[in-house]
Amino acid sequence: MSEPYRIQGETGAWEVVIGLEVHAQVISKSKLFSGSATTFGAGANTQVSLVDAAMPGMLPVINRECVDQAVRTGLALEAKINPVSVFDRKNYFYADLPQGYQISQYEQPIVGEGVVHLDLPDSETKEVGIERLHLEQDAGKSLHDQHPSKSYIDLNRSGVALMEIVSKPDLRSPEDTAAYIKKLRSILRYIGTCDGNMQEGSMRCDVNVSVRKPGDEYGTRCEIKNVNSIRFVQQAIEYEARRQVEVLEEGGSIKQETRLFDANRGETRSMRSKEDAHDYRYFPDPDLLPLKLDPARVEALKAALPELPDVKKARFIAEYGLSVYDASSLIEERAIADWYEALVKGGNGKRDPKIAANWTISELFGALNKAGFDLADSPVSADALGGLIDLIGDGTISGRIAKDVFAEMFETGKDAAAIVEEKGLRQVSDTGAIEAIVDAVLAENQDKVAEFRSGKDKLFGFFVGQTMKRSGGKANPGMVNELLKAKLTG
Amino acid sequence: MFVWNGLYPMSLDKATVASIATLARLRVPEDRLEPMVADLNAILGFVEQLNQVDTDGVEPLASVTGHSLPQREDAVTDGGYPDRVTANAPDGGNGFYAVPKVVE
Repeated sequence: MSEPYRIQGETGAWEVVIGLEVHAQVISKSKLFSGSATTFGAGANTQVSLVDAAMPGMLPVINRECVDQAVRTGLALEAKINPVSVFDRKNYFYADLPQGYQISQYEQPIVGEGVVHLDLPDSETKEVGIERLHLEQDAGKSLHDQHPSKSYIDLNRSGVALMEIVSKPDLRSPEDTAAYIKKLRSILRYIGTCDGNMQEGSMRCDVNVSVRKPGDEYGTRCEIKNVNSIRFVQQAIEYEARRQVEVLEEGGSIKQETRLFDANRGETRSMRSKEDAHDYRYFPDPDLLPLKLDPARVEALKAALPELPDVKKARFIAEYGLSVYDASSLIEERAIADWYEALVKGGNGKRDPKIAANWTISELFGALNKAGFDLADSPVSADALGGLIDLIGDGTISGRIAKDVFAEMFETGKDAAAIVEEKGLRQVSDTGAIEAIVDAVLAENQDKVAEFRSGKDKLFGFFVGQTMKRSGGKANPGMVNELLKAKLTG
Repeated sequence: MFVWNGLYPMSLDKATVASIATLARLRVPEDRLEPMVADLNAILGFVEQLNQVDTDGVEPLASVTGHSLPQREDAVTDGGYPDRVTANAPDGGNGFYAVPKVVE
């Protein structure tokens, strides 16, 4: 076990307790209760129906796919799916909430308790409880920077389906919390229920933070609203925990309140406007009957779920003999895992899965990162990388030359065999040819040969280097080693 | 703070009524508060008669029609008329509604 995360105060060490409410925008073509579109970045108010604008007399009709998406997510979180759930009105006043209430679920959410398994550094694991998941409407968007005295309102997002996923207060450090968000995002992306894009706001976090002396009861928590990156979540927790420790150690008490994270200053501050906003006066929405789920529907959704990250990781370790680290890097995104499997399977059993993993993680990811590309934009396909690995496998080129060939493939999109032919990079495995080079190297370095023979073993590497260099990197390294050993010690 | 615990009888005091009015964005002049307390309590008292019915062991009833929640297919069938949507807005421009500045 690694050391638990503690805030060191004047009076000793404090434990930080964190719970998360993640708002995940549901992937669907149309909104939760209306037929208007959900795509990001459309012209102001072009994706708004009279339902979303809360015109009098308009009635909400629920989108079947959004319900399915919530159920899929619940199943992927190993959670209880509630056969009956109820939509309530959460009443509050804000300019981007035209109804004056948000349709949400309060006492009877669609999904109950579940669990997320975290993979922490040093192969530690941790379970984080899920309290519930409910469906609700998103609000519109306010733009405050367009005019000195006015805010502009765009309702395109108004009514888009959100899943609010509430964790239990099981997180104990900024690192835990980051791992939780990453894992949750990975699961949502695997099953295609949320794209997890925090920058575009399709995944947003409210962070509940409290502090206590280890072993004490939970302290009073503060809720930090709408933190929009994993890094900011971590910063907000660190700042807020320290602030609470300082208040408590000065003899003060923590007031339960909503706070805002100011990314520019790296601090949280009280949102006074929300002081009396917590009185939401929930009541069942009279426009909507309870949502009943047929067990057969839930079973069908369960049967159609793809292999989830935890299961895939275990399989990659067992089936391909990968390390936990390699398996974890390959399974985080489903597209990457699929790419890797296509690479391994493309060799009809001839491609070593570990070598394939190394090439994918070190060379391909390295090159993609450097170029700022996603896997989808990769100029080297799984098939093409497989071709390169096969050339190493059958001795056509050395691993060293393969890296140059890969760079060329990445640059030009050509296949490996064509580059090797074109540039004459075929590995020299002809004993006579290599022997000639070795002889030349030894003849040029008589002094070093003498030093080696008098006991300076380390010089062996020098001879290998010289020989490889003289062969333009094309000499078969195994044969070079053997020949050198024979000639120097023989 | 007004918290309905789901149990009657309840009665509202003047402070609670003032607070509900604030949350509902209704401006109620001071001299109208007392009469409104009386009105609202009369309504609550009327509804309270329901409490005389014995509902032990009765499932909550969401609808008398026996219908279940209708669900629509996921298709884009609406929207695309920003002018209609903002037609009643007192202020705006470029397809937006404009409201007095709200800043945190």
